[in-house]
Amino acid sequence: MQATQEALSSEAMANNEFLSFTLGKEEYGIDILKVQEIRGYDAVTVLANTPEFIKGVINLRGIIVPIVDMRIKFNLGNVTYDQLTVVIILNVAKRVVGMVVDGVSDVISLTSEQIKPAPEFGAALDTQYLMGLGTVDDRMLILVDIEKLMTSSDMELVAQAGA
Amino acid sequence: MTVDMSQFYQVFFEEVAEHLNSMESLLLGLDVNAPSIDDLNAIFRAAHSIKGGAGTFGFNDMTSVTHVLETLLDKLRKEELALRSEMIDAFLEAGDVLKAQLDAHQNGGDVDEAIITAVCEKLEALSASQDTSAKPKKAKKKSQPAAATTAAICHHIEFTPDADAVLDNLFAELSNLGQLEIVENGADKSPPRWRLNLSSSASESELRETFAFFAQPDQVIFGPANLKLEEDDGYGFFTDVANPTEAANAAVEDEGFGFFTDIEPPPSEPAGFERSPGRRAADNPVADSVKMGRRDSDKVAVSPQSPDATTIRVNTDKVDLLINLVGELVITQAMLAQTSAHIDPVLHENLLNGMAQLERNTRDLQESVMSIRMMPISFVFSRFPRVVRDLASKLNKQIELKTVGEGTELDKGLIEKLADPLTHLVRNSLDHGIEMPDVRLAAGKDAKGTITLRAFHQGSNIVIEVSDNGAGLNRAKILSKAKERGLPVHDGMPDQEVWQLIFAPGFSTADVVTDVSGRGVGMDVVKRNIQEMGGQVEIRSESGHGSTIAIRLPLTLAILDGMSIAVGGQIFIIPLTFISESLQPRIEDIKSISGQGTVVQVRGAYLPLVALHKVFGIPKAISEPERGILVLLEADGKKVALFVDELVGQHQVVLKSLEANFRKVPHVSGATIMGDGRVAMILDVASLVRINQDLAMERQCA
Repeated sequence: MQATQEALSSEAMANNEFLSFTLGKEEYGIDILKVQEIRGYDAVTVLANTPEFIKGVINLRGIIVPIVDMRIKFNLGNVTYDQLTVVIILNVAKRVVGMVVDGVSDVISLTSEQIKPAPEFGAALDTQYLMGLGTVDDRMLILVDIEKLMTSSDMELVAQAGA
Repeated sequence: MTVDMSQFYQVFFEEVAEHLNSMESLLLGLDVNAPSIDDLNAIFRAAHSIKGGAGTFGFNDMTSVTHVLETLLDKLRKEELALRSEMIDAFLEAGDVLKAQLDAHQNGGDVDEAIITAVCEKLEALSASQDTSAKPKKAKKKSQPAAATTAAICHHIEFTPDADAVLDNLFAELSNLGQLEIVENGADKSPPRWRLNLSSSASESELRETFAFFAQPDQVIFGPANLKLEEDDGYGFFTDVANPTEAANAAVEDEGFGFFTDIEPPPSEPAGFERSPGRRAADNPVADSVKMGRRDSDKVAVSPQSPDATTIRVNTDKVDLLINLVGELVITQAMLAQTSAHIDPVLHENLLNGMAQLERNTRDLQESVMSIRMMPISFVFSRFPRVVRDLASKLNKQIELKTVGEGTELDKGLIEKLADPLTHLVRNSLDHGIEMPDVRLAAGKDAKGTITLRAFHQGSNIVIEVSDNGAGLNRAKILSKAKERGLPVHDGMPDQEVWQLIFAPGFSTADVVTDVSGRGVGMDVVKRNIQEMGGQVEIRSESGHGSTIAIRLPLTLAILDGMSIAVGGQIFIIPLTFISESLQPRIEDIKSISGQGTVVQVRGAYLPLVALHKVFGIPKAISEPERGILVLLEADGKKVALFVDELVGQHQVVLKSLEANFRKVPHVSGATIMGDGRVAMILDVASLVRINQDLAMERQCA
């Protein structure tokens, strides 16, 4: 079951492009097709009774978009908000969500040979949200299944059935 | 059938629903004693279009029902039969069956065969019945071939049926139309070629309609018809345009003939008229496009063809997107205006003029875009003639329904939500409001009661009233029922408060529970539904003269009148409809109860105090009530005092969904974008007034 899923996902990712971003010292990659845009950090409207990593909501051209800070969520990097703070606006599961990261590096093309299955430990993220590890030259990208992560109950972004 | 028809299903469904609605409203408007021929024709056309469309798409169950319906209607409009009220009942039933069938096709599911058969039999029985009172009127209109009803023409027909056609049905239908003689049986030939002689009063185009379900039009050839009887109207138009040589060729050449029939003058029956423009338009004389032509014409036939069709169907998502974009534009404009306010007006006169122009244009644009979502309230009102008619006959009451201001427009979303509460109010008026005819006569009133539906604008609200001239609410009865149920009432209560009692859950003054109303569920639901839409319900009643229930709604769901308040530097919006007043409390008015709750005394009454900064855990807020402001909120009959830092101002805000990209946040009903582009939360007042109960429940559970 696990093996077939991995086989499927690695096949689906073959020659895919990934947007790489940093959280602390770790470098992550997400499917570029899930990214709507990248923008700076604006003032957010705080939401009551939400976990600390949900910063609040912003007005993105007339739609209300929640912003999560991945650095708080995964305890990585220094949580400061300045002109260099970057928000990646994602389009996942028909929702628009913004995530705050330390920085966005570049877009990387990976072939299926460059993607290795992720070991059980090693990243701040639970392995179930990882699609694998990508290697480019000396760099290692942690490839995240961002849609699965953002819709998971961990993120508290989606109303959970029965919750 | 090489074209995939399923892509047109949606168009067909909408189209049929439209036809059914217009059929129903026309039927209800018919005067049984003197039906207007125009109306009958219009009903016939609607039925016919449904049949045509259903046939094209292969919904044969609908075709068969519409066919019997059409047969009876045809006799009516040709005045072979006189209209009777049981026919209207049967037509309405048939309409219901068609609706059910349509629904079954659209959403899956089955329709009870027994009902279909019953309706068909009823219609057939009615159309078979001879009515001696039918007044033969000689003065026929326009191109209607009067003779067609009496003259039997002998048609020579040659055709090749579709491979899957069930010919027994065709022959059965033809036999209904007249005397059928099969000259050549083509069943065992290849290709199957049939030749028929049919003596019938039906015109050629009518016959073609019949054949349309069994064979391609270009595979049906009508030979020169012979007249059996003297009148020749039906035949006359056939030769009028026919060039004799062409006609001769046509008889031999299938394709040529196909065109020939299409350039005939408007067919004898109005029913064909709706299809013919499309057909003619599609059949431009390119010889090899005959087959294409037919397909095109069928597509055209199911799209609206009425001459006054000046509307287009647009997906509501597109409209909402447009509204969002305009909202964004308004905010951008406001931001620009703010920035340009500091500019030296002398140096930048042109820029500032441009800004003023931009402001006007954006405002106009916003208004007109908002109006796209507006629909006349007749969309809701139009269902009531039927409701009233059915219920009145069930209850043996005589009731006339009047509607005023059907053209009043309100938001489409509101219209959909309004249907249920209004239906409930109308049923209530019918059942409880209007008395039985004998009671009315005894009270010196007309035996026929009147229910009036009235809609009008008042400020930025729309008011919808359901009023009846019945007995009015019974104050004594309501009070005694309320006492029975242990509600806090006394005899000196003002009328307004007494009337509000009927909105209490489970409250009913009906002596008998009928299947119409009286169970006591409903009025509370009506009130809740209306409040959810941000509206209010008011009752006026006068004993013996009837009662009026008025629903007051904001013009649109998308815009809300709100009061903005600040707590600890954050802005929140409270819908204005829930605010009864705001005040600055004195320190001695604030009392705490058993160390847990706080109440505030307002003019002798104690209200629970809810501190917003505690609810939302906002730091840096004012914590002493006497330094802040109390906003008195009322919802679901409960009152609380909401403690906030300050009132900021009153705005019209555009409602935005928080749940589209996020989840529900407790005590927040939505969000909006303020003039400076920031997001502000709209408070859910209904949940805020319950907050103390919820807390108490939690304490009990803990």
